[in-house]
Amino acid sequence: MAYSDKVLGHYQNPKNVGTLDKSKQNVGTGLVGAPECGDVMRLQIEVDENGLIKDAKFKTFGCGSAIASSSLATEWLKGKTVDEAVKIDNMEIVEELHLPPVKIHCSVLAEDAIKAAVNDYRKKNGLPELKFEESVVH
Amino acid sequence: MLKFPIYLDHNATTPCDPRVVEAMIPYFTNNFGNAASRNHPFGWQAEEAVDYAREQVAKLIGADPKEIIFTSGATEADNLAIKGVFEMYASKGNHIITCNIEHKAVLDTCKHIEKEGGEVTYLKVNPEGLIDMKELEAAIKPTTILIAIMYANNEIGTVMPMKEISALAKKKGILVFSDATQAVGKIPVDVNKDGIDLMAFTAHKMYGPKGVGALYVRRKNPRVKVTAQIDGGGHERGMRSGTLNVPGIVGFGKACEICMSEMGEETKKISALRDKLENALTKIEESYVNGSKQYRLPHVTNISFKYVEGEGLLMGFNKDIAVSSGSACTSASLEPSYVLKALGLGDDLAHSSLRFGLGRFTTEDQIDYTIEAVTKTVSKLREMSPLWEMYKEGIDMNSIEWAHH
Ligand SMILES: Cc1ncc(COP(=O)(O)O)c(C=O)c1O
Repeated sequence: MAYSDKVLGHYQNPKNVGTLDKSKQNVGTGLVGAPECGDVMRLQIEVDENGLIKDAKFKTFGCGSAIASSSLATEWLKGKTVDEAVKIDNMEIVEELHLPPVKIHCSVLAEDAIKAAVNDYRKKNGLPELKFEESVVH
Repeated sequence: MLKFPIYLDHNATTPCDPRVVEAMIPYFTNNFGNAASRNHPFGWQAEEAVDYAREQVAKLIGADPKEIIFTSGATEADNLAIKGVFEMYASKGNHIITCNIEHKAVLDTCKHIEKEGGEVTYLKVNPEGLIDMKELEAAIKPTTILIAIMYANNEIGTVMPMKEISALAKKKGILVFSDATQAVGKIPVDVNKDGIDLMAFTAHKMYGPKGVGALYVRRKNPRVKVTAQIDGGGHERGMRSGTLNVPGIVGFGKACEICMSEMGEETKKISALRDKLENALTKIEESYVNGSKQYRLPHVTNISFKYVEGEGLLMGFNKDIAVSSGSACTSASLEPSYVLKALGLGDDLAHSSLRFGLGRFTTEDQIDYTIEAVTKTVSKLREMSPLWEMYKEGIDMNSIEWAHH
C-alpha cells in the first residue's frame, strides 16, 4: 500500500518525539493501545498557568500511519487550551493525512491518546475526569 | 552500482531467469500449437515440448514423468491433492492430519473438507516451527487417509522431517502429501527418498513463470489416485482438464533444469549471504531469529526486532528494499502472522518481524546496504518507541494494563 506524502513526511521527520517529565503536576500523559495489537501511543501535554498547552510530545510503536497520526496530534495540540484539545476528532486526522480506511484505527488511537492525556492532567489537578463515548473504529 | 529497489522477498515470488524466458518465447509465437492437437505438426511440436518439460520437472524431484500433473500453480495442486484424495479414498476414511503453519491454500482447503463431512487434525508446531512426531503418531486414527505436511514453511523457512513423517505413514498405510512449494529447487527433494506420495510445487518460486505448477502423484508403491477437481477435456490423464499452458510449462521445465544443475553452488553462495545478513542483524540488541536455524531453507531468515512494529520498520526502507513483514496492521483484524503466533511468539514479537528472502541474483552489495538500512531504521524507530523506553527503564510491560481495542 502506498502512503500519502503527508504520512511519509511525518514518518521521516516526526514532530515532537520525546518525553516530558510525568511527575510534574502540569504534565498529562496518555498511554493507549497495546503491543499485541501492533500499536502503542504515548502522548504527553504540558499545560501552562492559563490552561494553554505549551508543549506536547509523543512516542509511538506502530506503523507509519500511527506515527504520523501522533506526530500530527502533537502539532495541533500546541497552543490549544485543554478544553479545545479534547475536541480534536479522529476524522480531522484522517482527512489531513489522507489515511485509507484500514488505517482509520491509527487516528482513533491518537484521539484516544489526547483524551487520556487531558484526563491525566485533570486528575492531577483535582478536576473530575471527562467521560467520553467509546470511540469506534469505523 | 547498486540498483534500486533491492528485491529480498524471494519467498513471495522470484524473477524469471532470462534463460527461462528465452526457452519460452518460441512457444508464444511460432510454436503456438495446442498440445492436445494430435493430428498436425503444431500439436506434435507442443506435445513434444510438454513431454520434455515433464521430464525436466520429474527429474528434479526424482519422479517419473508420468507422475507429474501440470496445474496453474501450487494453490491448485494443494486443492487437487487434498480434495482429490478425500473424495477418492472416501470408502477408507475421512480423517486428514495437517499442521497449523501450512499455507492458506492447504488450511482453507482443509476447512472446506470439514464442511464436506471430513475430519481434520491440525497439529501444533514447537517454538522451532517443527511438528512433534509423537503428536503426529497419536493423532492417527483408523479413519486417517492423508497426512498433509509442508516440506518447508514460507514465512520462516523451516524444513519438516519429511522422511520420518513418511516412514510413520507408510507403517500405518496412510498417504503423505507435501506442499513443497518453498523447498523444490532450493534444497534436494526426492519423492522416493523422502517417501512422499503427492507433492505440490510451483514454477514462480524457482525462477520460472507465474501461473504454472505441478502435482506429483505417485504411480507405484502405492499407486495413488485423485478425483479431478476441474472437469473437461480429460487432459493430464483425466486428473486436470484444460488446454496446457505450453509456454509456461516449457519455462517451468527449464527452471527445474537450471535449479538441478546449479543448486549446489547457488546454495553455498546464498546461504553465506543469508548468514552474513542474519549475523549482522542479530547483533542489534533485542533481535531474534524466528524458527529453527538448523532445519531451514538456505535463503531465508525471519527476524523479530523487539519494540518496533514491522510495518513501521518496512516504511523506513521499502522504497529501496523489498522485504515482507509478519505484521498485518493493514488487515481489519489487526492479527499478526498466524505462523509466528503458532511458534508461541507473543503478538508483540510477531508484529515486530521481517522476512528476508534472498535469491539467485542477490549480491553482497545488496546485503551490505540492507544491513545498514535496517540497522539505522530500527534504531531510529526505537528512539520513537514508548516500549523501547520502558524496556530501557526496566519497566515490566506485562505489569501494564493495556487497553485492548
Ligand atoms: C507454501 C506455499 N504453498 C502454496 C503457495 C501458492 O502457490 P501459487 O502461487 O503457485 O498458487 C505458496 C506461495 O504463495 C506457498 O509459499
